Amino acid sequence: MATRQSKLFNKHKLFEKHTFILLIGILVVVAIGGLIEIVPLFYLKNTIEKVEGMRPYTPLELAGQNIYVREGCNVCHSQMIRPLRDEVERYGHYSLAAESMYDHPFQWGSKRTGPDLARVGGKYSDDWHKDHLINPRALVPESIMPPYAFLAGRPVDLSTIQDQMRTLQFEGVPYTTPMIDSALDDAAAQAGGDYDIDAMRKPYDVIAGRAGSVPVRNFDGETGEPTELDALIAYLQMLGTLVDFKTYEADDLSNQR
Amino acid sequence: MAAAFSRERVDGSAVAVGMVMLIVLVLALAGAANAVDPAFRTHSFMFAIAATLGLGGLLTWHELSERQPRFDRTYYEEGIVKAGIAATMFWGIAGFVVGLIIALQLTFPNLFYFPELGWTNFGRLRPLHTSAVIFAFGGNALIATSFYVVQRTCRTRLVGGIWPWFVFWGYNLFIVIAATGYLMGVTQSKEYAEPEWYADIWLTIVWVTYLAVFVGTILRRKEPHIYVANWFYLAFIVTIALLHLVNNLSIPVSFAGSKSISVFSGVQSALIQWWYGHNAVGFFLTAGFLAIMYYFIPKRIDRPVWSYRLSIVHFWSLIFIYIWAGPHHLHYTALPQWAQTLGMTFSIMLWMPSWGGMINGLMTLSGAWDKLRTDPVVRMLVVSVAFYGMATFEGPVMSVREVNALSHYTDWGIGHVHSGALGWVGFVTFGALYCMTQWVWKRNRLYSNALVEWHFWIATIGIVLYITSMWVSGIMEGLMWRAYNQFGFLEYSFIETVSAKHISYIIRALGGGLYLTGALIMVYNLVRTARGDVPAEERRKLRASPAVQPAE
Repeated sequence: MATRQSKLFNKHKLFEKHTFILLIGILVVVAIGGLIEIVPLFYLKNTIEKVEGMRPYTPLELAGQNIYVREGCNVCHSQMIRPLRDEVERYGHYSLAAESMYDHPFQWGSKRTGPDLARVGGKYSDDWHKDHLINPRALVPESIMPPYAFLAGRPVDLSTIQDQMRTLQFEGVPYTTPMIDSALDDAAAQAGGDYDIDAMRKPYDVIAGRAGSVPVRNFDGETGEPTELDALIAYLQMLGTLVDFKTYEADDLSNQR
Repeated sequence: MAAAFSRERVDGSAVAVGMVMLIVLVLALAGAANAVDPAFRTHSFMFAIAATLGLGGLLTWHELSERQPRFDRTYYEEGIVKAGIAATMFWGIAGFVVGLIIALQLTFPNLFYFPELGWTNFGRLRPLHTSAVIFAFGGNALIATSFYVVQRTCRTRLVGGIWPWFVFWGYNLFIVIAATGYLMGVTQSKEYAEPEWYADIWLTIVWVTYLAVFVGTILRRKEPHIYVANWFYLAFIVTIALLHLVNNLSIPVSFAGSKSISVFSGVQSALIQWWYGHNAVGFFLTAGFLAIMYYFIPKRIDRPVWSYRLSIVHFWSLIFIYIWAGPHHLHYTALPQWAQTLGMTFSIMLWMPSWGGMINGLMTLSGAWDKLRTDPVVRMLVVSVAFYGMATFEGPVMSVREVNALSHYTDWGIGHVHSGALGWVGFVTFGALYCMTQWVWKRNRLYSNALVEWHFWIATIGIVLYITSMWVSGIMEGLMWRAYNQFGFLEYSFIETVSAKHISYIIRALGGGLYLTGALIMVYNLVRTARGDVPAEERRKLRASPAVQPAE
């Protein structure tokens, strides 16, 4: 036994004496786990299926998500409701894989220093969000959230939003060329500007498969061009609202795969 | 001037690095001219300034080293180790200070937030803290120690002429770009992989050079065997390269803008991110620092590694199993359950190789346990291994789905990370810094062992306060979130769980402050050691005691 063991350990000299054999050995050993876990996610039905109601972000919402990312909101707020009784009661229906299919990358987060935001859309009024973002402790005295007063009145930068939509389109997000062409007008329209609202909504409603999937109003209550506050509130107000859980049946066979 | 550039005196590696600097300069100027956002313009200028400084440095070095032998193979390259020690100390203090600031922000939001200064908000400073401590402090420690260790265990000078210095400065440039980016709001939002595409490309170039220098040095070794510490360094370098490349695959919105779009979305991007994220822990913060353990503990106490066979089993099983563990960050999410189960199973299995490493490190002290009492640096190294053992037991426990249901999203995770980061990574780095400073500056002792004692105890008390307060607040908030009252309704609103954590947050900030204090004591001690100072009382003792008489 002892000798067989020492013979086995003797063979390890192969790795200890040859740099490149050691290097290749390491690469092979570390590649296995990742390949087995990751590759199937690109093929399995329940990770790539499309759920009715899902649509890409509008230009204004996308700009809002950019601000969400820029400010590191994901550091303290998750967007992933787990199927646990208390979470479903506190935050709403548990999150589906399809609900983050247009997030490049995902915004699930890993920490709840503040509450989950996966379904914050429609929970509070625009005014509440505005006041809360400007000074969280004015509304919630015990809050430890940073103030975002500087978002108010600062025009949202849309100069690269069309390029961003084009890049997303290239990566498989179903934006159409007309949607990208009208992006700047669409952003102004969604924030309550004097534009053709129906023309703006239509392509998004078509992908979502239902009317009224895009909330349109003056989110920050101020006149003039859309602000960063407009964009961020527009994004927050649509989070988790796309899939209609009155008609979604978790127990349906098609959702049990 | 013409003579100065006589062909035989021009160093080939310096010319190559100079070419790289020129290319960077041209690209940076083009970027600055066409920038579509202010952050990209600022970063372009920073790259341009860095390239100019690099070129100036190369020319100065060429002039100064004109009449000396360059890269003399009969000596080890010590300068880069000294620079690495300085950078590790600098970034360590910077990272700990930012950590303390953000801890105070969560404790006293009215005092530490400034409504008109968006860049000082928690969301921007938190990645600054994590990157500063992991990549700047930890990364510089790994580069410095790996360059120190690989030369000695291979008994040869670093290869590549000036290229190792390119690795050092290039890596620190990456840190500066990343850190200033967070303050300007440039981030991919992926934890521990926040830097944008151009910083990622730059890091890739630097990292491949690092790999080439490291492998090249091993190839030129004068020992038949590659020492165990070098297996761990090699696994750390190649695996980090692999993880970095895959997780950061993204398409820039504009080649003159800071924003890029990840090619992965939703659940795929989540698993790839945590495959990366957990193995940044596994290979950056574990394999790399285990290499430090495998060299510095045996060397400091002058004993061989306890078990050669255990180190073989430990090495291969650790790197094989670690890579599977990522999905335990995604329990109960929209990730398919089979993947969660695989992640949990391998995380529990990971306990064994982790403790194999701990046992191998601790048992190396067999026959030299007295050093724990006499040498505070040894105590620091050994306690770091003990914290490693603790964190690698806690990790598998937290990876169990049912435990994770409670611990996930809470401060327990923060506490777990810090028992590993402050206890293991921090202490093993401090131990290595104490050793290397004394050795590369060729001092026969540290400036003050008493100050090492102070550092050790202050930092240890800081860690204990930090992790216990986070256990209390994390488990408390987890239980409060799921508490129901007698009528079947949720007992607490979210904000009640926030205010309940206030006292824990005060204690946590206190713990972090103590840890920072300890590190400042270390910096003072190391600077005095490098300068060759001797404490006043020692000098008095030396003067007062009569010369030792030889025994008759």
